[in-house]
Amino acid sequence: MSNPTLPPMPSERLLDLRDVQVGFATRDGRVAAVNSVTYHVDRGEVLGIVGESGSGKSVTVRAIMRLLAKNAVEGAGGSIRFNPDGDRELLLSAEHKNSRLMREIRGGRIGMIFQEPMTALSPVHTVGTQIMRTVMLHRKCGRTEARARAVELLGKVQLPNPEEMVDRYPHQMSGGMRQRAMIALALCCDPVLLIADEPTTALDVTTEAQILDLLKSLQDELGMAIIFITHNFGVVADIADRVAVMYLGRIVETGSVDDIFYAPKHPYTQALLQSIPRLGQARVRRLKTIRGSVPDPYNVPKGCPFHTRCDFADAALCGTELPPRKAFAGDQSALCHFAGELREAGQ
Amino acid sequence: MLHFVVRRVLWAIPVLVVVSFISFVIIQLPPGDYVTAMVAEMRNNGEFVTAVQEEEIRTALGLNDPLLVQYVRWISAILLHGDFGQSFHWNAPVADLIWGRLGITLILSTLSLVFTWLIAIPVGVYSAQRQYSFLDYLFTVFGFLGKGIPDFLLALVLMWVGFAWLNMDVGGLMSPQYEGQPLSVAKALNVLGHIWIPVVVLATGGAAGLIRVMRANMLDELGKPYVETAYAQGLSERQVVWGYPVRVALNPFISTVGWALPALFSGDVITAVVLNLPTTGPLLLQSLKMQDMYLAGGFILILSVFTVIGTLLSDILLAWSDPRIRYA
Ligand SMILES: Nc1ncnc2c1ncn2[C@@H]1O[C@H](COP(=O)(O)OP(=O)(O)OP(=O)(O)O)[C@@H](O)[C@H]1O
Ligand SMILES: [Mg+2]
Repeated sequence: MSNPTLPPMPSERLLDLRDVQVGFATRDGRVAAVNSVTYHVDRGEVLGIVGESGSGKSVTVRAIMRLLAKNAVEGAGGSIRFNPDGDRELLLSAEHKNSRLMREIRGGRIGMIFQEPMTALSPVHTVGTQIMRTVMLHRKCGRTEARARAVELLGKVQLPNPEEMVDRYPHQMSGGMRQRAMIALALCCDPVLLIADEPTTALDVTTEAQILDLLKSLQDELGMAIIFITHNFGVVADIADRVAVMYLGRIVETGSVDDIFYAPKHPYTQALLQSIPRLGQARVRRLKTIRGSVPDPYNVPKGCPFHTRCDFADAALCGTELPPRKAFAGDQSALCHFAGELREAGQ
Repeated sequence: MLHFVVRRVLWAIPVLVVVSFISFVIIQLPPGDYVTAMVAEMRNNGEFVTAVQEEEIRTALGLNDPLLVQYVRWISAILLHGDFGQSFHWNAPVADLIWGRLGITLILSTLSLVFTWLIAIPVGVYSAQRQYSFLDYLFTVFGFLGKGIPDFLLALVLMWVGFAWLNMDVGGLMSPQYEGQPLSVAKALNVLGHIWIPVVVLATGGAAGLIRVMRANMLDELGKPYVETAYAQGLSERQVVWGYPVRVALNPFISTVGWALPALFSGDVITAVVLNLPTTGPLLLQSLKMQDMYLAGGFILILSVFTVIGTLLSDILLAWSDPRIRYA
């Protein structure tokens, strides 16, 4: 199943995306939502993906899950490879939405948590039923065993009275409780990868902190890898090992959390970091905002996608040429003509 | 759940009392009454009846008593003896007339309801899943035609097809030679040969509308996040669609079961008349035309009771299928 033209994945590599491109055919023409996205996830690590709304974070993970909308058009050159057990590379990008392999992987090897806890669970089924269906599907076990598993899971995500919670309907739970139930559902078959698409965005700050703590302790206990999508840098610092920053369908910078936070190379990353309050900043100054707003995906600017909002842009170069990916020590890389030459902000 | 059912059933009782009283008042509304009509007929036959005698008959029948007393007498006769009074026109007990036709009406209407759902639900689901596909357009055309063509016209066409092309005797529920015969295999087959026309006629009209409803509901539901969650669990498309969004999209259907029950009873009168079916619909029409007050009153009462029971049934079914209602 592995693709001969691609170099083999190192053994610690769980997921590998290369040049993934996704566009959508719409009434007003073609929207390029994801352009040449390349990232990878190693076993047991947490990759944080940060980016503004509309930058293509969700579309990318839907491409991994093969759950793209019907009007999606994928670029032919891209590849998504998944190596769940360390002995076989599966080329997910060649699979159809409904293929048998994908159905085994979804829910079985990759669990997913969604942004909206209020609507992401079926309103007419109990939480227990929804978990049990998944367990019975992948483990081929009976109802009693599946129910026991559901109770165990609800206990694991620290819901009070799990025996009682299995028979609850989503509308009888708070947002935080539902998101815990959602996590239990995503983890019910011990996946090797958990995709969390903005799991705390819809929650209040206290609940958000609790859910993050829960995810961290579950990750310590179960050892699965996590792709954690958020637009909040603070959350990333809390949970991730590595970070990828997305802007207009591209990964503009990636690196370890420390490198990204203390030595950001891309002007967009720097600007994002300056827009959040941080402890230990040299002196108290106004938080910066990024000027302008995200260009709409129908009219992506020529050259560097960020040059229209960049303080360092050189109109002649940045406005015409797509920057190369520049690599730095420790697996850090940035998509900028001047990466490494700018005064590094945020220190 | 039990608590919910008990509460709803208890509520239905006062509603039924009020409804039966209103039915009774309605049958008293037309000028004149049973005696006026009877005396007029006796006079026609050459008998001599004085006004005093007429009043005496009226008193003897209790028609001069206060309305409330008459109502109590009427309703207790119905409740205690199943006696709905006498039909003036048919000169037979109302109960016999209605019950005789009720069975066949319920069978026919239930059959067509079941067919309606069997057609409408899968087609609606398919149309939503494959929105704007060739078949979706085809079903849409069928839907508008089915809705647009009057039932009686479709009945006539089918009768003509059955008669001219399939060489069947159509109309009615069975061939004349089986009328009044005990039930046998031959008779049952004969009834099946007749009953398909009304079932098809009634089911197409109903299905055409319901397909649109089901399609719209499904389109709403298919876009909801919980559907994506279900896909993310590794369920197949069929398991996802029938396991989750269809369940939710069916709720509005369930709430219409309640309206179906009284509609079953009064039925499609015109279709029944055209097809010469011995159902309750044509009888109701006739009783209203003839001012046959006890027959009409009995009908109105039964219709109202069916409406109340149907609504009750809908509420209970809906609560059973949708937990958000049960605990509200
Ligand atoms: N089915 C679709 N048809 C057309 N365009 C789409 C479709 N799905 C997504 N898009 C577009 O793709 C782009 C990326 O969307 P995506 O959902 O990945 O953003 P995101 O980074 O997850 O943002 P958010 O933080 O708001 O979730 C957006 O511009 C969006 O409008
Ligand atoms: Mg998103």
